[in-house]
Amino acid sequence: MSGTESVAFDTPQRERRGDNFAMWVFIASEAMLFGAIFLVFLVAHIDFGRAFAGASKHLSLPLGTFNTVLLITSSFTMALAHMLALQRRWRATVWALLATSALGVCFLVVKGIEYGKEIQEGLAPLLGLPFRYSGPDPVHAEFFFGLYFAMTSLHALHLIGGIVVITGMIALWRTANPASRLGRVVAVGLYWHFVDIIWVFMFPVLYLINR
Amino acid sequence: MSTEALRPSSYLGEGAGPAAWLLTTDHKRVAWLYLVSLTAFFFLGGAFAVLMRVELATPAGDLVSDDTYNRLFSLHGIIMVWFFLVPSIPATLGNFLLPLMIGARDLAFPRLNLASWYVFILGSAFALASVLAGGVDTGWTFYTPLSTLYANGFVSMAALGVFIVGFSTIMTGINFIVTIHTLRAPGLTWFRLPIFVWTMYATALVMVLATPVLAASLILIVLERLFGIGIFNPALGGDPLLFQHLFWFYSHPAVYIMILPGMGVVSEVLPCFSRRPLFGYKAVALSSMAIAVFGFLVWGHHMFVSGQSAYAGVLFSFLSFCVAIPSAIKVFNWSLTLRKGEITFETPMLYALFFLALFTFGGLAGLFLAALAIDVHVHDTYFVVAHFHYIMVGGMVTAYMAGLHFWWPKLTGRMYSETWGRIAATVTFLGFNLTFFPQFVLGFLGMPRRYHTYPPEFQFWHILSSAGAVVLAVGYLMPLLYLGWSLFRGARAPANPWRATGLEWQTASPPPPHNFETMPVVTRPAYAYDMKGLKHERFSPHREEAAQ
Repeated sequence: MSGTESVAFDTPQRERRGDNFAMWVFIASEAMLFGAIFLVFLVAHIDFGRAFAGASKHLSLPLGTFNTVLLITSSFTMALAHMLALQRRWRATVWALLATSALGVCFLVVKGIEYGKEIQEGLAPLLGLPFRYSGPDPVHAEFFFGLYFAMTSLHALHLIGGIVVITGMIALWRTANPASRLGRVVAVGLYWHFVDIIWVFMFPVLYLINR
Repeated sequence: MSTEALRPSSYLGEGAGPAAWLLTTDHKRVAWLYLVSLTAFFFLGGAFAVLMRVELATPAGDLVSDDTYNRLFSLHGIIMVWFFLVPSIPATLGNFLLPLMIGARDLAFPRLNLASWYVFILGSAFALASVLAGGVDTGWTFYTPLSTLYANGFVSMAALGVFIVGFSTIMTGINFIVTIHTLRAPGLTWFRLPIFVWTMYATALVMVLATPVLAASLILIVLERLFGIGIFNPALGGDPLLFQHLFWFYSHPAVYIMILPGMGVVSEVLPCFSRRPLFGYKAVALSSMAIAVFGFLVWGHHMFVSGQSAYAGVLFSFLSFCVAIPSAIKVFNWSLTLRKGEITFETPMLYALFFLALFTFGGLAGLFLAALAIDVHVHDTYFVVAHFHYIMVGGMVTAYMAGLHFWWPKLTGRMYSETWGRIAATVTFLGFNLTFFPQFVLGFLGMPRRYHTYPPEFQFWHILSSAGAVVLAVGYLMPLLYLGWSLFRGARAPANPWRATGLEWQTASPPPPHNFETMPVVTRPAYAYDMKGLKHERFSPHREEAAQ
């Protein structure tokens, strides 16, 4: 078929529209996944507001803020990659993509440091680790930390997925069909921005709402 | 043009080895992969049901222990819901027919389509492993805190299986939505689409938007069991009721995943065998969308006795009654389609008429359950079991059989035995009613579901139900034999044996690898059975007219 990946499409242009649309549908689906978990958090927050407020203060605001800056910067480099791909400046596109995934890796490293700190302080109620919490209402504070780990690790998994896809795309840059390069950059860009936006909601809900 | 001339280039002729099937990206072959695996799951889930019905023939627990019985109904539910009903019509008939019906060469993402089958198989490997390891005893609903704190079965493994199969569902959903939006043939506007395509669209939307919520709740269950994060555990500050909200936010829309495709099949079959255009086309098309939307707003009706706010109960009751409106619109339009039609009773039509009866009956029972006071009385009794089996089995499985027979000539290029088909359809209908009607009575008399023993006064109804289950099993085994036989010995099918109007009938039976020799152009509304020359005479596809 005339330069398309799928036999179903007549032209690469129509295929790109289809790819783009599929990515939006997938993002709608992902939004429901995170939506459910945000809902759990917000309902629990209404029920146990004081305990959650107390527990939230034990998270590291500097590290969380630094990570937010990292991810927003990565969205910028991803937008740059999209722009460069539109101008067919492929070398620069690859560099922008590399920068994006490097920033993603930095985010994960910082998140790992943060997790390590929380585990040391006894704030991680998982895998049978001791939970040591001195503030008021430790039972519901434990619930807060359970949700915190569930939400942030689910987000981190999505970020890892994004990094793997970008890395794979760069590794196969020369062998894959050049006609669909732009389509791939746009699709992975949409996904990356979505994962960033999830963090942009998670950060205030977990770190800021109670301060 | 004779159909014989087209046969050498059929999709079935493109390689016969395992690799040609297991690595195919042809939507028609992927449909077969699903068809074979789903049939296996249907009979596995059915076997669990038969064991349950045998146990229930006597009031005492003499065949299996209570624990084994818990595992039987849990596995029956898990397998039938996620490994048969949810993918049933979309992944088999939908996969095969959607591109044909809209005049496309394939689904938008053929490799994603094949990948979805492998993900399905991976998920089912987890589910089967949990069966072999000893099963699950939580019921298909995985309610917390039973599933997280007390259940001693292989809950995490089964939940992971369901979680993985969810991805396969989402992949299919995305593929269908993009295909319907971007690959319709020239002239095929939205309101010329067959209703089957509309219902596939509505189903795909629900798949894409509801399944992730199930994924979220199953992740949280697995996190709780494996990592000790107590989201649903009150001792750790969690809330068990939260699980029910999340679960039913998925599982009620999933009920519509399990019935909308059946409505689509029936909307194709009824006009064809009454030689009449579908009555109220637009109303039927849009009512599918209305069902998909309302489906997201009624989950609380599963929780009337869970202690949720009484005001929420009233609201959910009201919204549940609202779902009956689009469903009734469909039933009335189907009935009016039959009016003054030249009705013939071929096997697909028999199944479709049985669907109409059983779906209406089950739907009306649903209104009883949507009423708060009655629901408190019959909650968690056999009344509920009978209600959803009338919809899921009487409705969806009957429609699945209607569709399988209707499109069997297209799938295989062979005709099945009409006599055996009619006998099987009738046996199924009788067996079904004998199995499940007594369960309405049992439920109303107060027999709770999920018990393996019961007071002796219920035995009469239980024996009727168990006897019916045997008849029903025969009804389902018969097609396995005569359809299997027809695969090899059936008479060759012409391109359009039913003189139907859909685009899928305008190509050869079985279709060529990329579906159409000449890509079709659509100039007519769907179901143009009243057009001159179509009503009484053999339908001649316009592709042939153009060739002359």
